[in-house]
Amino acid sequence: MQALTFKRGVHPPDGKALSAEQPIKVIMPKVGSELFFPMSQHIGAPCDPLVQVGDYVKVGQKIGESQAFMSSPIFSSISGTVKDIRPMLVPGGATVKSIVIENDGKMEEIEGLNQPKDYTKMTNEEILVAIKEAGVVGLGGAGFPTHIKLNPPKDQPIDYIIVNAAECEPYLTTDYRLMLEESDKIVRGLQVMLKLHPNAKGVIGIETNKPKAIEAMEKACQGISNITVQPLKTKFPQGSEKHLIYAVTGREVLSGALPASAGCIIDNVDTVIAVERALFRGRPLMRRVVTFTGGAVKNPGNYKIRIGMTFTDIVEAAGGFKENDPPVKIIAGGPMMGPAMFTTDVATVKTSSALLCFTEKEAFIPEERNCIRCGKCVDHCPMGLEPLVLNQCAIIGDGDGFVKNHGLDCIECGSCSYECPAKRQLAQSIRATKKIEMGKKAAAAAAARAKAGAEKK
Amino acid sequence: MSNFVVSATPHVRSKDSIQGIMRDVIIALLPATVMGIVYFGIKALALIAISVASAVFFEYLYQKITKQRVTIDDLSAVVTGLLLALNMPSEAPFWMPIVGSAFAIIIAKQLFGGLGQNFINPALAARAFLLASYPTAMTTWTLDGVTTATPLALLKSGDLVAPTTNDYMAALTGHIGGCIGETCAIALIIGGLYLLYRRVISWRIPVVYIATVVVLTGLIGRNGVRVPLYEILVGGLLLGAFFMATDYASSPVTAKGQIIMGLGCGLLTTLIRIYGGYPEGVSYSILIMNLCVPLIDRFTKGRIFGARPKEAKKA
Repeated sequence: MQALTFKRGVHPPDGKALSAEQPIKVIMPKVGSELFFPMSQHIGAPCDPLVQVGDYVKVGQKIGESQAFMSSPIFSSISGTVKDIRPMLVPGGATVKSIVIENDGKMEEIEGLNQPKDYTKMTNEEILVAIKEAGVVGLGGAGFPTHIKLNPPKDQPIDYIIVNAAECEPYLTTDYRLMLEESDKIVRGLQVMLKLHPNAKGVIGIETNKPKAIEAMEKACQGISNITVQPLKTKFPQGSEKHLIYAVTGREVLSGALPASAGCIIDNVDTVIAVERALFRGRPLMRRVVTFTGGAVKNPGNYKIRIGMTFTDIVEAAGGFKENDPPVKIIAGGPMMGPAMFTTDVATVKTSSALLCFTEKEAFIPEERNCIRCGKCVDHCPMGLEPLVLNQCAIIGDGDGFVKNHGLDCIECGSCSYECPAKRQLAQSIRATKKIEMGKKAAAAAAARAKAGAEKK
Repeated sequence: MSNFVVSATPHVRSKDSIQGIMRDVIIALLPATVMGIVYFGIKALALIAISVASAVFFEYLYQKITKQRVTIDDLSAVVTGLLLALNMPSEAPFWMPIVGSAFAIIIAKQLFGGLGQNFINPALAARAFLLASYPTAMTTWTLDGVTTATPLALLKSGDLVAPTTNDYMAALTGHIGGCIGETCAIALIIGGLYLLYRRVISWRIPVVYIATVVVLTGLIGRNGVRVPLYEILVGGLLLGAFFMATDYASSPVTAKGQIIMGLGCGLLTTLIRIYGGYPEGVSYSILIMNLCVPLIDRFTKGRIFGARPKEAKKA
């Protein structure tokens, strides 16, 4: 099948060879170690703790929940005693109220776990509840609650459910390994999702730099008429929701709209497996696969961890850093969009896909120079923006100009900064200004609502 | 384990650099430079050396005086100095490239904010300045030690109506009157292809520019003389189209804008060559189009991915 793609984009060196051929290894938390469960690991309302300090919790026990519509519950991945509930650092740099549990090593499971459900005999509502009650969110990075994504407004019929297996971020190989090792689970998870939308086609989009994954997935969906594997050109950001939809269907998600408006639902490989696990194995989201890689890592590889372990735990269990070339920068995720962290003492959350450790040489960022107007940022921006203009608006603080030049449509993929020969902080300045302008917009909307409310009275 | 470096994404950068781009431009200009020295001798070499050295010197001096970071290592001043020398006649006095470089670097480039901020091509601005100030010295052409006329002047005066194979060969190899770096068409085409191959420039401006001149001179002609291919081989067109009109700072960043730039340059060059007072119009065409760039960029913004229909209409 012909490989599809989107317009523009960049080709950073992919660095995947370090860990691609390393089979997934299981890392269990050490007995006596503390695990941390931030109450916000998703887009939406944070959860409220359901346990108190001193409580004994079991594997699979729900420890955080919110009554808000947009939220997702959180489960303990170990058994042990709740030591503390306190604010903790999360990978993005925020501090979030977290439950601290000391692992007693018994892995005592709560009753009711491991009870498979037959999704073919369940109603759509029952399936969505099962997915919600398993705490499934988008594991590709955004953390959008999956049960909400799978239940779009009735006036938006779904034609495609696309499994995002592009894995376009350099260095990351978790999705790749899962496709090789758990291909049947991906197919089963996708079939559950297709049950909710019987008129939709299932498409698994994989970049052509992973021929073995394409082969494995094609084999796994043999004989299933409503699922196909779609090869995609290897290009960043191929795994961006909007660009994957465009590549697969030729449809554009309009500015500010969600994929469902274009008749599509997109879910990451590991998310689909989490759906499968919720129904076929009756287990909530408690583990995920993390790529531990980079030039500073002794044994780069892919590790199945219990969510809540700290990155320090992973580093220690996986063999640590090179002594002669230690890391100077560590990144939670890929090098294009993953946040840098100043410490490894941060809990892994549902959306932690990698710990990338750069040596001094790899982490080098050249000095910023004058913009020479070469236009490379314009030629490569997947959204068709003019990053150099937005950068100017950001520098002089021209928020209106920024919005007028569609700055709010930026997907923060970093392609502009990657390409820029003057090494300008394009994406960085645009992201900061975007935050300011989004805040202004939200404040204006809130003020308008308040005014409308006051007038009613 | 803590105290790691923190910075905003992305954490990886391409290997491209301003210095690398400028180095590519210099490499691309080498064939034309060498051919200029071959035909115009040691005097040409001296002019080139003086021009480059003084351009770098003035950049250094200005940045020192204004207490800015000295950025001569980006090689952009070398490119400006080299282009200025290639745009001068071989018999120009030695002080002239010094005055020209000072104008290019200080007035056209640094006073407007330095690299990337110049709204006109510095080398061309300096050439226009020299041409207006010292018209005789800037239009005295010699070849093999004899004062000669450029092919474009001969076309204009009607002394050349039907170029022979020898005339074409002379234009291709560069054995004609003209500025140091503009005579050898083959060298310029090789340089231009190198820039395209290295993706330093896009095809849009040079190809549209040259094609426009071919089409218009072919259609309009000079009193019935229609030699469009000869028209593009002689004069400063190839040097201008590949190396001057494509100057990043003074050309549009949008794809559509670059095509408009090429069209405008081609139209103006043809009009000046055929109807103007000067035999050649490349410099002024590019300079005039340079002035239109902000306007072109403003009206040729590309379509945003996912633009709502209403917005798409507005753009």
